[in-house]
Amino acid sequence: MPRIDFTRNETLVGLVIVAFCLIATISDPSFLSMPTLTDLLRGGIVLGIFAVAALLVLISGGIDVSFTAVAAFTMYSTAMLLNTYAPGVPWWGAFLLAMAIGAGLGAINGLFIAGFGLPTLIVTLGTLSVFRGFMLTFIGQKQITTLPPGMREFGRMMIIRGENADGSFYSLHAAFLVTVAVVILTWAILHRTMLGRSIFAIGGSVESARRIGINVRGTQFFVYVYVGMLAGLAGVIHASMARVANPFDLVGLELSVIAAVVLGGARLAGGYGTLTGTLLGVALIVLVRNSLVVLGIPSTWQSVAVGILILIGTGLPAWQAKRAAARAA
Amino acid sequence: MTAAPFVHLDGVTKTYAGITALDDVGFAIAAGEAVCLAGENGSGKSTLIKILAGVERPDRGRISIGGQLQGQLDPRVSAAAGIMVIFQDFSIFPNLSVAENIAFSNSLARHDRLFHRTRVRALAAETLARVGVEIDLDAPVETLSVAHKQLVAICRALASDARLIIMDEPTTALTEREVRALLAIIRRLKADGVAVLFVSHKLAEVLEVCEKVVVLRNGRKVAEGPAAEFDAASLTRHMTGRDVAETPPDPVDPAAPVLMKVRGLAKQGAFEAVDFDLRAGEVLGVSGLLGSGRTSLAKALFGLVLPDAGRLELAGQKVPLGDPLKAAAAGIGYVPEDRLTEGLFLTQSIARNVAIGRLEAHGASGILDFAGLWGDATDWLRRLSVKAPDVEAPVRSLSGGNQQRVVLARWLSRSPKVLVLNGPSVGVDVGSKADIHGIIRGLSAQGLGVIVISDDLPELLATCHRILVMKDGRVTEDIAGGTVTEADLAHRLAS
Repeated sequence: MPRIDFTRNETLVGLVIVAFCLIATISDPSFLSMPTLTDLLRGGIVLGIFAVAALLVLISGGIDVSFTAVAAFTMYSTAMLLNTYAPGVPWWGAFLLAMAIGAGLGAINGLFIAGFGLPTLIVTLGTLSVFRGFMLTFIGQKQITTLPPGMREFGRMMIIRGENADGSFYSLHAAFLVTVAVVILTWAILHRTMLGRSIFAIGGSVESARRIGINVRGTQFFVYVYVGMLAGLAGVIHASMARVANPFDLVGLELSVIAAVVLGGARLAGGYGTLTGTLLGVALIVLVRNSLVVLGIPSTWQSVAVGILILIGTGLPAWQAKRAAARAA
Repeated sequence: MTAAPFVHLDGVTKTYAGITALDDVGFAIAAGEAVCLAGENGSGKSTLIKILAGVERPDRGRISIGGQLQGQLDPRVSAAAGIMVIFQDFSIFPNLSVAENIAFSNSLARHDRLFHRTRVRALAAETLARVGVEIDLDAPVETLSVAHKQLVAICRALASDARLIIMDEPTTALTEREVRALLAIIRRLKADGVAVLFVSHKLAEVLEVCEKVVVLRNGRKVAEGPAAEFDAASLTRHMTGRDVAETPPDPVDPAAPVLMKVRGLAKQGAFEAVDFDLRAGEVLGVSGLLGSGRTSLAKALFGLVLPDAGRLELAGQKVPLGDPLKAAAAGIGYVPEDRLTEGLFLTQSIARNVAIGRLEAHGASGILDFAGLWGDATDWLRRLSVKAPDVEAPVRSLSGGNQQRVVLARWLSRSPKVLVLNGPSVGVDVGSKADIHGIIRGLSAQGLGVIVISDDLPELLATCHRILVMKDGRVTEDIAGGTVTEADLAHRLAS
């Protein structure tokens, strides 16, 4: 039995989740049920993919705020392209197209960051604005309510269906499997390939990475292309599940996503972060968003609650580390 | 030594924008041989490292490795030939495990695509065994001590089949005991046929494991010979081109008043029951091995560490503990050990770095008197003979010795009564070191009380009237300066 390490963010976030569920169950016994679980998992699908993408960038020592704009751009242009030119493309074709568009937009970030060596926050703040503005100006601003048939078909795919005692239905969307696949693929890249280890190494020390001959530019470029690809995927899933492509969706989520990842233990300075922590961070934020109402707390308090969680969840370990350092000195 | 040289340099010359960094330098390093490359800052040592590592190309000259004349070296060719440089910052990854750090270059050289965890651990364990050290393979490197980080860097070079390890300033961050452990490892490497090139300006310590010494000065080779023919004094003479004789300080006036009085100062886990008096004009040395509490004590005197008990008086006035601002106001100055991170604003100008200490004196009305502030700052820089092209240049552009003078200038401009110097000449070249010692002597002559915390024994002997030896947080000995030899002092520290 490994000992529980209370200085890790993962432990802390896990404990908060357990405590939250306990309180919610006490105030409303029906909280502990399949519908709550499927609601939570459903809420974590798009957020989860975003968070994995954000984690990768944070580990590499950068920060990307443009991924929501990439997702919105991709989902809107994919729906429009398919409706106009190829309505018959199946859902997986829509996915491939979205991933390709996302990867292309990510490559623009990669070009500026890896190619010209510009600061990641500045580049992605810029591209966030550019991608969004470009889409609204040149592609369109109107919601696409009739999605291409492939995306509509995917929107109806469920893996779990059930009926509650009161006759209402619950279901888990098939897109959940995509999120699981993204997590597994990313885990394998991070922990089982030299590319993944190089991402960690660059986050630890760019200068050292260069000196021992890691291809820093190539690795960074890969990170931003991969993140763009994941963002595109998340975008097309979001539209399929919402059954509408709204160009004003998604943008604005980026900071919550980064907050979830940081809550899970990734460091803004780079080099550190785990998928477990990231998923726990996402779970906590989704839980708070979905369940505050159950506790009788007005929904306007959501952002306050999330903010407090971030302050405590990231502040406490930082404060502990500082105290430990002070003791050691 | 009859072995054919592993690396042979001949007539290597390199100029940067008209300035000759290396001028017709040639020497050889045999397999399994340790060579000292000595020289002050700016002597061309760094350029030579870069040329061997393939980062810079010489304008003229021939380099052969393993008997083969090399055309153009580049980093890949150098690394493939087994030349590995261990930089001062070790170039390791703080967030990765010991095992991964050791095996990373090896995996890159094999063009691995996948990460083989078991093979990485096996290679790391085998390499650590080769140098005879035990470090937890899974520990993140950021949790290791400096000495262990250096070992990880050495192991990484070995894991990539290093045949010549170039170590840049290997001993600056190590304590005496760690240096001895390093030397034992170097001996093992030599027995294994690995050559070592020490590049440093603090070479007396590594001299005993070296076969050969090469001294550079202003880009030229000024001396080369078997290590046995050199000692600390002759090395210094070759490096600086002058004799830097260090004599013990003049005795303190016995009638001088007690400036600082420390009674029963204690901090759990750091130091306990520390008592001492410091007279005006006295230089008091505090020494001890790492972990003896010397650094915590130094910080406590300046309020950076809050002691649990005890009293600190300055000229009869009680100084509140644990408050650096009040300590500074009372007339205590503190020059930290790591001036780069604790003592200086590196990217700010030299003048600003000095002026920051005097803001309140020139800002009485709430608006800064810039002319007065700048005049004050430049005056002190001149008095300490800081060599700078321009007081507006960033501090980072200065050499170690001049950076230390800037820190001193900042404090001296506040006219303190007591100055606490923690490692005053760490990372400073020999010539500047003697100058800093001269400054310390000058300050004590003016009636300042100076406390020097150091594990550089010749430095303590050259500057201090009295030396306190600390062990496990207690002051175990109070030695009058001039009554002990270096060997004697080293023995008392370690026993």
